[in-house]
Amino acid sequence: MSDVMISIQDVTKAFGPVRAVDRVSFEIERGEFFSLLGPSGCGKTTLLRMLAGFEIPTGGEIYIDGLPMSAVAPNHRPTNMVFQSYAIFPHLNVRDNIGYGLARLKLPKAELNATIDRALDLIKLSGYGDRMASQLSGGQRQRVALARALVCRPKVLLLDEPLGALDKKLREEMQLELRQIQREVGITFVFVTHDQEEALTMSDRIAVMSKGQVLQIDSAAALYEQPNCREVAEFIGTMNVFEGRLLGVQGGIARVDAGPAGELLAPVNGAENLAPGAQVSVAVRPEKLEIAASRPANGNAITGRRLAEAYLGDRSHYYVGAEGISKPIAAAAQNRRRALTADAPGETVWVHWPVEAGVLLER
Amino acid sequence: MHSKAISRLLTAFALAYLAFLYIPVLLLPLFSFNDNIYITFPLKGFTLKWYEAMVAAQPLIDSLVASVQVGFAVSVVSTVIGMLAAMGLTRYQFPGKGLITSTIMLPLVIPYIILGISLLSLARQVLDIDLSLWTIVAAHVLVCVPLSMLVLIARMEGFDKSLEEASLDLGEGAWRTFWRVTFPLAVPGIVSSFLLCFSTSFDEFVLAFFLSGNQPTLPIYMYSLLRFPAKVAGALALASCILMGSIILIVFAEWYRRRGIQSQQEGLI
Amino acid sequence: MAATGAIDSGGRPGASGWDSLRRFWRRRPGLRALVLLSPALIILLMMMVAPLLLTVALSFATQNGFQIDRTPTLANYAMLFSPEGNLYRILIVKSLWVSFTATVAVVVLAYPMAYYLAFRVHRRKLLWIILITVPFWTSYLLRVFAWKVILGFNGAINSGLIWTGVIDKPLEFLLYNPTAVTITLAHAWAAYAILPIYVSLEKIDRSLLEAATDLGDGPLRRFLRITLPLSLPGTIAATLLVFIPTVGDYLTPSLVGGTSGIMVGNSIATLYGKANNGPMGAALSIAMMLAITLVVCAFLVLIGPKRLRRQAG
Repeated sequence: MSDVMISIQDVTKAFGPVRAVDRVSFEIERGEFFSLLGPSGCGKTTLLRMLAGFEIPTGGEIYIDGLPMSAVAPNHRPTNMVFQSYAIFPHLNVRDNIGYGLARLKLPKAELNATIDRALDLIKLSGYGDRMASQLSGGQRQRVALARALVCRPKVLLLDEPLGALDKKLREEMQLELRQIQREVGITFVFVTHDQEEALTMSDRIAVMSKGQVLQIDSAAALYEQPNCREVAEFIGTMNVFEGRLLGVQGGIARVDAGPAGELLAPVNGAENLAPGAQVSVAVRPEKLEIAASRPANGNAITGRRLAEAYLGDRSHYYVGAEGISKPIAAAAQNRRRALTADAPGETVWVHWPVEAGVLLER
Repeated sequence: MHSKAISRLLTAFALAYLAFLYIPVLLLPLFSFNDNIYITFPLKGFTLKWYEAMVAAQPLIDSLVASVQVGFAVSVVSTVIGMLAAMGLTRYQFPGKGLITSTIMLPLVIPYIILGISLLSLARQVLDIDLSLWTIVAAHVLVCVPLSMLVLIARMEGFDKSLEEASLDLGEGAWRTFWRVTFPLAVPGIVSSFLLCFSTSFDEFVLAFFLSGNQPTLPIYMYSLLRFPAKVAGALALASCILMGSIILIVFAEWYRRRGIQSQQEGLI
Repeated sequence: MAATGAIDSGGRPGASGWDSLRRFWRRRPGLRALVLLSPALIILLMMMVAPLLLTVALSFATQNGFQIDRTPTLANYAMLFSPEGNLYRILIVKSLWVSFTATVAVVVLAYPMAYYLAFRVHRRKLLWIILITVPFWTSYLLRVFAWKVILGFNGAINSGLIWTGVIDKPLEFLLYNPTAVTITLAHAWAAYAILPIYVSLEKIDRSLLEAATDLGDGPLRRFLRITLPLSLPGTIAATLLVFIPTVGDYLTPSLVGGTSGIMVGNSIATLYGKANNGPMGAALSIAMMLAITLVVCAFLVLIGPKRLRRQAG
């Protein structure tokens, strides 16, 4: 039994002249919690629907567990979907909703009831069996949708932004629950979301998509620390980006003339085939920055004036406006030590970071 | 002060308008209990003899039965066709959708006299078929399908398209999906469509008039009574019954439709 | 559940024939939609398009006695434009005029009622709507019949007036003339006008009215400058909804019109029936439809398509 559960090979979906999904190829492994992340319109939902069978690829082929899916209708696929609107049948109660996909199998009543009871336990809604959809809250409906899909024992569970309609606290609870359920049940989850925090929390691997193409597929940490392009860098979390010209590469470290930001150094990974003169950017995360009164000896540093700060409870964001740079530089720190707030706004400071903390990106 | 006077004027107008709408029609039941063969004031005396005569009149019973049969057949056929068309229009995207929708609605704007006569030509001169209740059914279906489609499109657009996708996703084929999900949820629309088509067909005169054979429908029978002053009184009892029956049916249909909308709004979608 | 489809598509040899058929069907949602729409479209084609084409074809034929001569000729249309056809031309114009006056009466009376319903009724809107809708559904025949009963020589009005001593001889001008037709039409079609106007008024954003008041408009100015223009689409819809069908109305003129009140519809029916001149009837039908189309187009042009689009958008 191979490790690959889903193989997407050169798949394209065109709606007239518009390519919602443009020649996408990648693999999803058995038992993975895999997320498709991107802004609206990037093609992630279209791709999910192609996995489910509700859209047919205009080009390419999708294999699930080794078998091609192009001739297979949605009701014959080894997948089940949790819809964005939950799609709970309003004319059936919770038990009948959960048991919907099992009706064809004509199981003996005792077995059917036992299965549904187990499912209700899993989603912590035992005793809610006789309620109708209109009597459930959004979060409860979401769980019923999940149970309904899981009792069918699919090889792959597809989730289309299932947590979007929930409020923040509930969403965070559900994120953990979903992760837990996935680990218990062990099946492959393919999760679509536009919320990068959500994807980072739950996934084993994430595919970042934009305009129908996959930009990068990696674990959460790798995406965050080593984005391979500017779009991924700016989509995930916040990123300070300094544009400039590549001067040269020496020993894996690139020298960049970043204009008003001065000369910056950054480690080169992956973007080795860049010639001097190429348009590049040096990018660094806010939490890697520190603010000092005077220029430190090592690392990159930029001078500027302290602007207002934003207090977020557990951490604060500090903004520094540097001459010639339009966007304020953002630095972030936990509020354990209030050392960074020693300087008042308006003061001239130096923002600095160690060279390894930055990343070199193509412009 | 100024706007208060306008308000009172408007209210008075609204009530007067309602009176204008209803009084002429309510005169029918009024005179149907009047012991006078002519429809004139002063009222002579209360009587049920017109009703008794009505119930006994065989041609009336026959035409009533004919109308019910036609109405039923028209409702069933139109609702089925309307349902299929509504599904085609609400569940799929394709070019020319607006054009096709408008085209199917066309029978509503063609004058019935022209439709009736054209269909008559088609039936008699081209197809050479005899006129009968079936030709009436066919003509009524033509004008009821757009109505059925309107009602059903409104109902079908009211519920979540993902429900059918969910059913497919959970393993049911297209046919079983229709019976387990689409149909139960469309029932209020189907009932409305049925009632609408039935009452339209039941009351329809012009098309029936031109396409009827030996068996008249109720409106045709009533029309024949109306042309003779002596027979008018007898027609009144019939008219009043139809009026009361329609009112009850319509109120029920409206109440049922609103119930359907209410359950939709309770977050069932 | 996973098994069936997977085996079907991957395992059996020779399954590819069914597979490609299935793939074809799945790839063409437009085809599936067409299949669902086909009964409706077939009905339409067979029972509306074909008969109308037949009528158009018939209008180019001539009939003598019971024989229909199908050699194409413009004789019927020539007749309509010739001096002999004067009667028909007058008939069409008269029908247009009767419809027009009835439509104006209907819309002018319906507007305040719709206004009342949209702006002054707050609690029992449903009840009012049902009250207004009920006449909409009761038999058209009955509504016309009611007026025959009312306007007759011995009818309700006359006998009522005589009984109360207002007049001593029945008024003869009430029934069997174009006026009777107009009055009857104005009553029978009333409900058709109220609903579109009401919907249009109901949709007006109340904050627009508040803004107008805030900017200094009194109630009348506000009505003329905001409410009336914004309710124009519904009013126009109501106008067309009443005008177009009533031009060709058969029932009302035949019951309350007498000889002076007949309209085009009656003439067409007579031509097909007693006068045994189907082709002429067909030509008259086409002429009537063209006349209606012309008038409607002129009306819409008068209103100004640009203004309509602005209101709608």
